[in-house]
Amino acid sequence: MTQAIGNFRRANASLFAVGALLAVFLLLAVLMAANAKDPGMTIQAWTFVALAGTFLVGMCMWAGNPPENDPFDDTEYEDGIIKWGVFASMFWGLVGMLVGVVIALQLTWPNLFYFPELGWTNFGRLRPLHTSAVIFAFGGNVLIATSFYVVQRTCRARLAGGMWPWFVFWGYQIFIVLAATGYLLGVTQSKEYAEPEWYTDLWLTLVWVTYLLVFLATLWKRKEPHIYVANWFYLSFIVTIAMLHIVNNLSIPVDLAGTKSVQVFSGVQDALTQWWYGHNAVGFFLTTGFLAIMYYFIPKRVNRPVYSYRLSIVHFWSLIFIYIWAGPHHLHYTALPQWAQTLGMAFSIMLWMPSWGGMINGVMTLSGAWDKLRTDPVVRMMVVSLAFYGMATFEGPLMSVRAVNALSHYTEWGIGHVHSGALGWVGYISFGALYCLTPWLWKRRGLYSTKLVEWHFWISTIGIIFYIVSMWFAGVLEGLMWRAYNEFGFLEYSFVETVEAKHISYIIRALGGLLYFSGAGVMAYNLVRTALGHGEASAAEATKPDVTSDSEPSLQPAE
Amino acid sequence: MYEALSSFAQTGGLIYFVVMFGVALTYALWPRNQETFDKAARLPLSDGGPGDE
Repeated sequence: MTQAIGNFRRANASLFAVGALLAVFLLLAVLMAANAKDPGMTIQAWTFVALAGTFLVGMCMWAGNPPENDPFDDTEYEDGIIKWGVFASMFWGLVGMLVGVVIALQLTWPNLFYFPELGWTNFGRLRPLHTSAVIFAFGGNVLIATSFYVVQRTCRARLAGGMWPWFVFWGYQIFIVLAATGYLLGVTQSKEYAEPEWYTDLWLTLVWVTYLLVFLATLWKRKEPHIYVANWFYLSFIVTIAMLHIVNNLSIPVDLAGTKSVQVFSGVQDALTQWWYGHNAVGFFLTTGFLAIMYYFIPKRVNRPVYSYRLSIVHFWSLIFIYIWAGPHHLHYTALPQWAQTLGMAFSIMLWMPSWGGMINGVMTLSGAWDKLRTDPVVRMMVVSLAFYGMATFEGPLMSVRAVNALSHYTEWGIGHVHSGALGWVGYISFGALYCLTPWLWKRRGLYSTKLVEWHFWISTIGIIFYIVSMWFAGVLEGLMWRAYNEFGFLEYSFVETVEAKHISYIIRALGGLLYFSGAGVMAYNLVRTALGHGEASAAEATKPDVTSDSEPSLQPAE
Repeated sequence: MYEALSSFAQTGGLIYFVVMFGVALTYALWPRNQETFDKAARLPLSDGGPGDE
């Protein structure tokens, strides 16, 4: 009892600390809004005041009306925040994919989808909105929600920090809105995947460091002596993103109440830092984070142990040690010294093996449960995601070879490559995790409709195929057209001819994107109905996340 | 200066990576760790509340 009261007190301290922090930042935002040097800052600062103010008021109302039981009870898992995370992921996923469809249409029919009087609809502003929304808003929310779920279960400990995890969640949503509205206003520091300006970067740094501390504190108080491999992957993701974000965003604001800032690095140093950041955003945000999801949700869903725990250790350490050096392959044939380009290329090729180690370990975890590929569309989705992971991590090293890059760089092949990774790997493993989490969290017997999962799977898979095949075709075509010479040594094609040649591919790509977005819409409907307890999800009998429970898990197959 | 630094980084980097890989491999294959890893491989499968062993 005294223990519980002690925890309640400590949690109350976290409540006051979060409140005080928000109050300080609200004050700063009001000062910046009052002295704003440009209209962008006026809107951004007031947006922050509105969002952080709502968070603070909501928290005060919640704290002023405390529930019967200790809301920070250490004998129960913190699941409320994960429920919010599931819906935030779904919402931002739909927004990000819709914007993707819009910009695909703009590229296909620029005459129809160009509105000069509405500057914020310009491709240049919507494109970072799309990339950030799908990577950081959708992917980020999936990662935060699943990491909070997995770290609690595998540590047998409630999330540490009382109110601080809630600060991480809502603080991250505020970051997303600030970044997104900034892009539409034309506020950008023009670094790919790191477009937000200095004040948004500072806010994200605060949120992210809190995330790291919450995660570490939860690991610290674990009851399970071994730190499960998924937690290693999550930890590498959180630590490395903190480091990448801080170094790549070193900048000095022109005015403390203005949006514009100046980068500390310039020229080739800036380019190298940017692609060190950019490629490791792929490596540590879109790879290790989602591998962590794989290492929990696939064994759990198929009720089989990890195929080879030894392999998971070896491929984890190889992956993180090698990935960090691969960035320079984005800068072939530039001012970057050639040895640095070769280094990036060599490490990219080495990455192939640890990547496939993860794929093999995930797929082989199905040993003894292969029938689930046919019977459970959620399992199929996660296994197909691993197939796309294997494909994208084979294609990546290939494209990093300087001679191949000479053909592929700046072409649609790059777009096709990232989307086979993003739609196939990141998207499908996330959908799989969301399909698992929703019935587990709301304690439903199953999903509202398994048939709808089948529909989602096939609509989206056809969408991905349309997308990547059309982009491969367009990419190789334009790459060959750019380098074609005639007998007098002049370029064979003008630039506009290469654009014209891609039109059919663009139509197919837009259709593929639309199909993929529609599939996600089907999922959102299914998950909402599941949470509400309709259809096959009715009878709320399962109190533990149990999926099939047909038998005791069999012994691990001989390695 | 540049030559000295780069040869140190290249040779040192090679040794460092090979040694680290050796450490990870040794840890993963060390026979006494087998039992821990077998248990860890089934860690997601058991359901339990906070504090359960």
